[in-house]
Amino acid sequence: MKLHEYQSKNLFAQYGVPIPKGRVAATAAEAREIADELGGRVVIKSQVLVGGRGKAGGVKLANNGDEAEQLAREILSMEIKGLPVRKVLVDQGIDIETEIYFGITNDRSARRPVLIASAAGGVDIEEVAATTPEKIIRVHVDPLLGLRDYNVNDLAAGIELPRIHWKAFGQIAHGLWKAYLESDATLAEINPLVITGDGQLLAVDGKVVLDDNALFRQQNLVEMRDLDAEDNSEIEANKFGLTYIRLDGEIGCMVNGAGLAMATMDMVKLYGGEPANFLDIGGGASEEKVAAALRIILKDKRVKAVLFNVFGGITRGDEVAKGILAALKEVNPDVPMVIRLVGTNAEEGRKLLAEADMITAETLSEAAQKAVEAAKGA
Amino acid sequence: MSILINKDTKVVVQGITGRQGSFHAERMIEYGTQVVAGVRPGKGGEWVLDGKVPVFDSVKIAKETTGANTSLVMVPARFAPDAMLEAADAGIPLIICLTEHIPVQDMMRVRSYLDQKGVRLVGPNCPGVQTPGECNIGIIPGDIAIPGNVGVVSRSGTLTYEVLYALKNVGIGASTCVGIGGDPINGTNFIDVLQMFQDDPGTDKVVLIGEIGGTDEEKAAQYIADNMNKPVFAFIAGKTAPPGKRMGHAGAIVEGGAGTAEDKIKALQAAGVQVADHPEQIAELIKG
Repeated sequence: MKLHEYQSKNLFAQYGVPIPKGRVAATAAEAREIADELGGRVVIKSQVLVGGRGKAGGVKLANNGDEAEQLAREILSMEIKGLPVRKVLVDQGIDIETEIYFGITNDRSARRPVLIASAAGGVDIEEVAATTPEKIIRVHVDPLLGLRDYNVNDLAAGIELPRIHWKAFGQIAHGLWKAYLESDATLAEINPLVITGDGQLLAVDGKVVLDDNALFRQQNLVEMRDLDAEDNSEIEANKFGLTYIRLDGEIGCMVNGAGLAMATMDMVKLYGGEPANFLDIGGGASEEKVAAALRIILKDKRVKAVLFNVFGGITRGDEVAKGILAALKEVNPDVPMVIRLVGTNAEEGRKLLAEADMITAETLSEAAQKAVEAAKGA
Repeated sequence: MSILINKDTKVVVQGITGRQGSFHAERMIEYGTQVVAGVRPGKGGEWVLDGKVPVFDSVKIAKETTGANTSLVMVPARFAPDAMLEAADAGIPLIICLTEHIPVQDMMRVRSYLDQKGVRLVGPNCPGVQTPGECNIGIIPGDIAIPGNVGVVSRSGTLTYEVLYALKNVGIGASTCVGIGGDPINGTNFIDVLQMFQDDPGTDKVVLIGEIGGTDEEKAAQYIADNMNKPVFAFIAGKTAPPGKRMGHAGAIVEGGAGTAEDKIKALQAAGVQVADHPEQIAELIKG
């Protein structure tokens, strides 16, 4: 789950990271009000959960309340990469001297958190990483010790931060670390961290990505969730504990297990078809879950055939069969369905499904081939 | 021969009183696995599974009483980090954790602590380990693999079943099958298991089942090229996965062009690994 810029910065501020004065607005009039409060010179920033807002014209500088209102109106009527702009952040204009990149994320291969900083902040950090990797400084943190002052010193020295700013930087580093830790973030990023003309450090832009697996203990943050950026079917699937991802093809897939689901999609492609989705019903799926999964697949009108591939282990074949039968009664699909059922209680499952009008297959290859053929015929 | 577990392995199941824990402990016992203890704080002194398995309040007491040397963790995600730390603290040298959805930051702390203790972890978010005919710890169905000389290591659960089953159908058996799990931070990785298979006299050939995300397959390829003389066969899932989307496993995400199926396949082929187009084809490739 991603947080908006204003949410991220407010979170950082709670941990002592200085941010520019500003507030979020949902209307042009509100934006004007905030701009007037802040003395007129402000930045109007669209709040959408995609990158490249600036390039899309979603970030503009205003010199007074009139301009702020006008620009806010324009930005609030925009759509950026398919997402409607519902809010803008109105921040005080900052006199920028230097722009630094500073982020904390999980380094998968080192299996520990890593602080990343660069004196070449403000621009696309991936670009810097690709062209001048020596400008990116990484310092790992021991997950059992937490952030230590010497970690921060290594980082500050690495980016050749002038000594006069070390104290302020240390405070920001500890604040960002706490924000990362206590919100179970997989990314907490300040870009740019600005050194202002009068020598202050300010987090001018912020980004936080939360670990979906930790949301159970992050209730306050979960309430900030913006569903605009998420697919309706994916949200629906989530409610049932299913993992569904919509793709562009015509063959709906229902599989148990993420690896097998990916392999099933690959097989469909191998035999000349295109998968309409990734759907993992998970381990030990109940009848209700299977029924919900089938409803979600069939809601997609591009689907010309459905392929079920279930290899029972913790999942039981008879439960899957019952779920399919229950869903079929409700939705009465007009597309052909191919099923392959192996493993735990598969025999019982096949017996239950004998009455339904389904094409059966023994192996994964056979199932994929039959589904592709069925979709062509439909 | 085998790696990690065999007929002498003594298992304590953490979470044995849960629905999944009891169902699978029962099947493990039917398989012939020595399930010597269960742990459920507050239920010490009870017996479960028709009086076959004693339950203890902690792993420490279970180990002292029964001599358990391997722990199977089957508790919900919010309790799993504590369960792993407890097993490590009790001196259990091998922990197999099936639990999925464990927060990443928890896993980094757990892994760091286990490393300091010299404890081996398999998983989390894995189907377990099976040495066919001897010992089955986890949820890999007991009847889909036969004893043999092929070592199997995989990041996926059901995809592993698919491969074991395809091997069995052509009469090929496995020495040990290790599910290392699909999480971004896990315990044992591909290289650890490849090294064990290389050193195991009971393993002649190795199957590696990978998927998109991370660079573990690429590192494994490098290891194979440098250190292995046993033939390795592979399958990589996720060729059709769109970038930036997480495909179920928290680890299976392709970001910024790294971790694609194509990159992994190329790296493995360059290391002399035969890569199958689909999981069932692995059996054909091994048969030759």
